[in-house]
Amino acid sequence: MQMLSLKASGGQDQTPKAQVESSSSIPMVVLKVFFPSCCSSAESGLLVGHWIPEQNSAVILAVVHFPFIPVQVKQYLSEVRQVTQVNVSVLGTWSNCKKKEESLSEFLEDLGTIFSHEPWIQLCKETDSKFWSCSIIQKHPSTPKEDEIILVYYDQRKVMLSHLHPPGNLTNSTDHKAEDASKLAILFDTVAKSKVLFMKDRYDDGPIKLTHWQSEGVEASIIVELMKQASIPVCMLLTFLLSFVSSVCKSRVLKFWPLCFIWSKLSTCEQLGHRLEHLQVISSNRKAQNQPQLMRKANIFVSLLADVALGILLMSWLYRKNRIGHLADTLIPVADHVAKELQDLLQWLMGVPAGLKMNRALDQVLGRFFLYHIHLWISYIHLMSPFIEMILWYVGLSACLGLTVALSILSDIIALLTFHIYCFYVYGARLYCLKIYGLSSLWRLFRGKKWNVLRQRVDSCSYDLDQLFIGTLLFTILLFLLPTTALYYLVFTLLRLLVVVVQGLIHLLVDLIDSLPLYSILLRLCRSYRLAAGVKFRVLEQKTGKPLRLLMQINPLSYGSVVQTYRLPTYSCYPKDSWGSLCKKLFLGELIYPWKHKGEKQD
Amino acid sequence: MEEREDCIALQCRQYSASCREFSVRCQPVQLRSLSAATCSVWLAAYWLFVLTQNSMVLSAAIFITLIGLIVYLHFVKIDQESLLVIASLGIQMTSSYASGKENTTFIEMSRVKDVVINEAIYMQKVIYYLCILLRDPLDPQSVSEVVPLFQQRPRTMESELPFPKGGCFRARVQAHCWVSVMKTAVL
Repeated sequence: MQMLSLKASGGQDQTPKAQVESSSSIPMVVLKVFFPSCCSSAESGLLVGHWIPEQNSAVILAVVHFPFIPVQVKQYLSEVRQVTQVNVSVLGTWSNCKKKEESLSEFLEDLGTIFSHEPWIQLCKETDSKFWSCSIIQKHPSTPKEDEIILVYYDQRKVMLSHLHPPGNLTNSTDHKAEDASKLAILFDTVAKSKVLFMKDRYDDGPIKLTHWQSEGVEASIIVELMKQASIPVCMLLTFLLSFVSSVCKSRVLKFWPLCFIWSKLSTCEQLGHRLEHLQVISSNRKAQNQPQLMRKANIFVSLLADVALGILLMSWLYRKNRIGHLADTLIPVADHVAKELQDLLQWLMGVPAGLKMNRALDQVLGRFFLYHIHLWISYIHLMSPFIEMILWYVGLSACLGLTVALSILSDIIALLTFHIYCFYVYGARLYCLKIYGLSSLWRLFRGKKWNVLRQRVDSCSYDLDQLFIGTLLFTILLFLLPTTALYYLVFTLLRLLVVVVQGLIHLLVDLIDSLPLYSILLRLCRSYRLAAGVKFRVLEQKTGKPLRLLMQINPLSYGSVVQTYRLPTYSCYPKDSWGSLCKKLFLGELIYPWKHKGEKQD
Repeated sequence: MEEREDCIALQCRQYSASCREFSVRCQPVQLRSLSAATCSVWLAAYWLFVLTQNSMVLSAAIFITLIGLIVYLHFVKIDQESLLVIASLGIQMTSSYASGKENTTFIEMSRVKDVVINEAIYMQKVIYYLCILLRDPLDPQSVSEVVPLFQQRPRTMESELPFPKGGCFRARVQAHCWVSVMKTAVL
């Protein structure tokens, strides 16, 4: 052991560099023995496990105790091999005695001839010493040098229950050669597949007595078993209900043109459809084939439960003290207030906005048009006002379907209430867009050029005098009317963007609740060994002459990787426009659609 | 008496012929810098209190100091970094933070392509750092990832840590003291 303190220096003068290279020592063969820590106190017997020749490692799964009949042991092991597809065999002997006895060691060596296995491992533990001795007997040693032995202790229960998540790119390749495959994955796989071996506990009356992590009795939970039994009829009922609901949804009545357009625009319908899919996944009778599917089902189930619980909480808060009545009462005044603010804004635009001088006639036309539109909108709202409270009361009941549904309904209500802002934005944008295209085309005419649609490029063109005259006149008119239109466009685009931002935030929250894998996070919190990113080794006390002892523990996955691996897919995708293209669209007056749902045709 | 400023300590332990551990211990949290930071935060808070006469500022300052200290000790200040090399199993890197948290990464030997000393340009100078090259599973010849070791370093560190791999190593040293360390580590 050496200690060295380095004095960090800055600006050192040239010190001679020394290049030190030493030749490698002879590569020694290291034999690794993975021993379950639950068998440390077991009585003497035979070591049963899996030998991996490519990695020179032995995974010990259990200890068979004396007395036993070798034929029965061999038969049992061949049965286990058939069921588990793991090459389980007798790997050696284990002796746990007070002091070394010569007769016992001879007996153990003789056992090596009955259960021939190459190499034959002999582990020996003295009761009051924590350092074990391990010797390997090889009939045909491949290397003349003696093998070094490393003893790795592992917690069998945790390794069996845990699922290894190999780092990033390794998950994709499935056709690995044995030596390329991760050693740890093979170890975890071996222990996980040997479930059958661990079903025999010490209270069984069979001829073979085993020690492993379940030898005190098979672990099971009454609640889990009861839930498994109860889940079958519940699943069948749920499947029947869901098939009924989905047949109603798919009926022809709802597919007529105006209705299907409305359904596609309302985010509540998207959310309900998404949840329906989730329910179908959970209620299917097929058992999950592998771990990711099982985790996905569990995540969907817990996420649904949490969603519904939050929704019911919200509902109870809304309906207590008739808060929803108060909400409905304030809705109309709020709509009125928004309309009044818009009217003030239009009056401001029709006057001298920000000191800019507008074209009087166009200003008045546009302003009056928009004012009339607001007047119509307010009349419709007032027409609906007696029914608002009842509608809201019934719509609020749907919050029991989940918080996400309630948030989607809120987003839809905002969209409906600000529909006139959306209309104004579309009018302003179309007008502005027409103007910009007209201006660009006439600007080309001004310079004597033309857009060639066939070749998709700008070509020179000789115009007649009257064409040039009218073109220049129109260009001037459009140019001088541009500030007015541009100002209206700017104002309404800003309003529209504000509404879009608010709706976007609500959608973000809904997505978060939809896609968060709650079950995985809870599992990582409470049973962190179930989700393993890898392993970590700790060197235990050493003694010269005895093999190296290491403790292998499970290194749990970090929370970030848990969320990333087990995220539930959602239906909406975020805007694909980069900031640059968004600005370009805004400048040209093209309509922006803030989000596109997966499955919608792109415009 | 050696200057203890910016000093790091290297410790090499050999457990057996195939297992070695290298730990680098950094400077612990100095009382001087801790009190300086706390005093400056509280002086600023008291000055704000005198300006605004709002006692919330003082309680906010206490919260900020506490939370900042906890975040610093738990996420930023690395106490010790160690590298455990077990032949034919793999390489394990552990960073222990001042609050006791330990961050461990284990890389299996089959994924390790090579251990090299890499050069990098950092600000106005060239620094050398030790790193592990990982093999790409799809293409055995190419390198998929470069994992630097020993992230903590004092501000003006210029020498590198040499590192043996299975008995064979390459080292480029700039100070005489390193040569003697390496020779004794090999033997």
